[in-house]
Amino acid sequence: MITFTLNNQTQSYSGDPQMPLLWYLRDAAGLTGTKYGCGMALCGACTVHIDGDATRSCRLPMAAVADKRITTIEGLDEKNAHPVQIAWAENDVPQCGYCQSGQMMQAAALLSANPSPTDEEIEQSMSGNICRCGTYPRIKKAIKAAAGSEKA
Amino acid sequence: MTTHSPYRRAFLKQVATGTGLTLGLTLLPKSTAVAAAQSADSHLAPNVFIAVTADGTVEITCHRSEMGQQIKTAITQIIADELDADWQRVVTLQADGDKKYGDQNTDGSRSVRRNLARLQMAGATAALLLKQAAAKGWQVNAEDCECKDHKVVHTPSGKRVDFADIVAVAATLPLPEEGLVKPKARQDWRYVGKAVRSVDMEKIISGTTTFGQDMAVENMLYAVIQRPPVMFTQPESVDDKQTKNIAGVVKVLQMPTASAPANFAPLGGVAVLADNTWSAMQGADALVVTWSKNTHNTYNSEAEKKTLIETAAADGEIVRQRGDASAALKKAQKTVSATYYAPLLAQAPMEPPAALAKVSNDTAEIWTSTQNPQATQAIVAEVLKIPPENVTVHVTLLGGGFGRKAKPDFAAEAAWLAREAGRPVKVIWRREDDIQHGFYHTVSAQHIQAGLDSKGNTVAWKHNTVFPTISSTFSTEANSPSSGELRLGFIDNPFDIPNLQLEKGKAENHVRIGWLRSVANVYHAYAIHTFADELAYAAGVDSKAYLQQLIGKPRHIDLAKEGAEYDNYGDPIEDYPIDTGRLLAVLEKATAMADWENRKKQQRHLGVAAHRSFLSYVATVVEVDVDKDGNWAIPNAYICIDAGTVVNPDHVKAQCEGGAIYGLSCAIGEISAQDGAISQTNFHNYQVARIQHAPKNIEVHIVDSNAPPGGVGEPPTPPFAPALANAIFAATGQRIHELPIPLKLTV
Repeated sequence: MITFTLNNQTQSYSGDPQMPLLWYLRDAAGLTGTKYGCGMALCGACTVHIDGDATRSCRLPMAAVADKRITTIEGLDEKNAHPVQIAWAENDVPQCGYCQSGQMMQAAALLSANPSPTDEEIEQSMSGNICRCGTYPRIKKAIKAAAGSEKA
Repeated sequence: MTTHSPYRRAFLKQVATGTGLTLGLTLLPKSTAVAAAQSADSHLAPNVFIAVTADGTVEITCHRSEMGQQIKTAITQIIADELDADWQRVVTLQADGDKKYGDQNTDGSRSVRRNLARLQMAGATAALLLKQAAAKGWQVNAEDCECKDHKVVHTPSGKRVDFADIVAVAATLPLPEEGLVKPKARQDWRYVGKAVRSVDMEKIISGTTTFGQDMAVENMLYAVIQRPPVMFTQPESVDDKQTKNIAGVVKVLQMPTASAPANFAPLGGVAVLADNTWSAMQGADALVVTWSKNTHNTYNSEAEKKTLIETAAADGEIVRQRGDASAALKKAQKTVSATYYAPLLAQAPMEPPAALAKVSNDTAEIWTSTQNPQATQAIVAEVLKIPPENVTVHVTLLGGGFGRKAKPDFAAEAAWLAREAGRPVKVIWRREDDIQHGFYHTVSAQHIQAGLDSKGNTVAWKHNTVFPTISSTFSTEANSPSSGELRLGFIDNPFDIPNLQLEKGKAENHVRIGWLRSVANVYHAYAIHTFADELAYAAGVDSKAYLQQLIGKPRHIDLAKEGAEYDNYGDPIEDYPIDTGRLLAVLEKATAMADWENRKKQQRHLGVAAHRSFLSYVATVVEVDVDKDGNWAIPNAYICIDAGTVVNPDHVKAQCEGGAIYGLSCAIGEISAQDGAISQTNFHNYQVARIQHAPKNIEVHIVDSNAPPGGVGEPPTPPFAPALANAIFAATGQRIHELPIPLKLTV
């Protein structure tokens, strides 16, 4: 039996300890905001926070989340008003939206570690998150807006 | 929802005709109801796009698939505008697949261009009925009334009534004569032409949207399929012992094998059904399958490349001819020739294909991320041998489409498996499945020869295009480019060259070929505009100036005069001429944005291309920096689009940004085959643009235009690769004759 915190609620799990967290979230917990994109930690669509760190849930076995604090897009902010979410809406970032949960989770983790990232730091942190719609310029803009570092 | 209580009762009393408040206002002028009229089970009465409910909520139904192009928002803007509805009292619904809506195949950049006028009429009809209902109550002329902020206002008296208070009456009125319905004048637009935020924004930022991959129903099984590695091969032996030992695996089913032509039929293979995704994935991995062999097993991309290039270099079949290119080439002062090669590509939408099917004896219900819901109905009906009208297709949001999801084989797989399993089944394509078993953007080779006169003018142009055709997916006979593909940036070559000869050559297909954003425009624009740049250097003329010279004077090109088959993307050439003036204008603007004239002084390396596709004009300037190790980056891209009338400028801008980055992916990605099987598997060996590859800055200008709407989703993609290739030449002197462009150039 594994116990952990998911979006501030204690949960337990007794299934296959090798199952990646992604499938627990999507199939068992019904939290489909976290997406499947590649299954190999190559695209970032499945990004969640584990104890605050951006982590690819598609390669993280359930065994590794014991006693951890997991946050998904659904739990990022009670009112969906995290600065990143606000900036995403204000900059009309999403196109299809599929990768954007992962993008926002990655961006939120970046900003909590580095409240005022440079362009290069943004690129470095976001390089594992693919967007096929090509919303990258707006992602960059939104992260800077959320950081309050957008220069006029 | 504020002003109407006492007044509402009085008003209704005055005009009540016994209809309930719940009646929707669901009407459509005859001209826009053609498809509905043709539908066997349709009633002409409902307007399939608009309902006004008893509380005055305007429900707008989007009949096109939403895959990021923001068509749900655009359609909402168009209809809400005609009604002058309060945006807060409008909801947008997604239509099921149904021919009553007319065409729903969301490809070809035609959702706005084919629907703007039609939806304006639908909206204006609803508005007129509301005005007539109010006028009836007030006993005034409907012509003296207007819709204003979710109310009907009687202009002379200033009387006003909320939509909620007249919907019951409006619902009883006969459909107005078509001639009476007048959409708003352009200057009165309230939402159209404005940057309105996506209607799905709140759900996207909270992670509560539903895509095909997200669907679930009671008692559902999850299916992952091991498909034939080589097209049309089948399992010779299947060992599923290990699979069946995996906890959660419920069933292993061998699927029927597809045969040529592929159409949208499932490929076949072995399906593992489990009670969760992870077990199904593990189960599929654990299968040990040996596969039969066929002629496609000999397909190797390297060998095929050689064949395609040889075919391109030989004489092809002439498809357009002006003057005598062969004679002019012989007489030319200088000749230039080049061969261009572009590999297969996978669309690779972020959401791999997925579909959920629930099947009974003679009905099926499908939830899927499809670009083409009516084709989904048809293929599911075919697989289950039931009538198409018994198939309900619910369209979820699409996590990208790019043409892949216009081919609904995945929905047919789910339907077949659901019937066999006797339970609802969700088919999940893994990324590996998406990359290895797709409908690929075709591989192509092109050879172009040009002759220059003593002044450096291009006087002869001979261009042969060779690629396995999309038609091969639908016909075993098809073995050379179809006229439909030649119309995409090839036969409509806009250059004013006196001697022009366009040819095509034969090529066999060994994989399923399909559409990818902009389709044949991608490789045609790459070859034509890279070659145009080569000619500029050969003539010793500035690249932009030479491109202007090639395009020639502003004029309308009449391809019929040259006997060329051209369908103009299915729209009348009178409404959408091939207008070189507009092409020159976007070229001028994009180069001005880039400060093209001063680039050398500033030591900036720029490349340019300008291309008309899907009835819109896009010019792109790409700036490249190359470091001493050969790594290149794109500090800036400048894009000017003339798409005629634009519904949402911010979303058009977004399509230009995204379309450019998709074009970049087309220039750096490659799918190849070895012994008939695709070599790439996932994003580590199929290169797509990441944030660090994308232009650091993209500037977009949208030409202010009253022209009829052109396409937007696709046109920004084709000019990007040639502009990039030309910028790399400016920076390094290396010509990009082959794609993909390596991320690190040899220096």
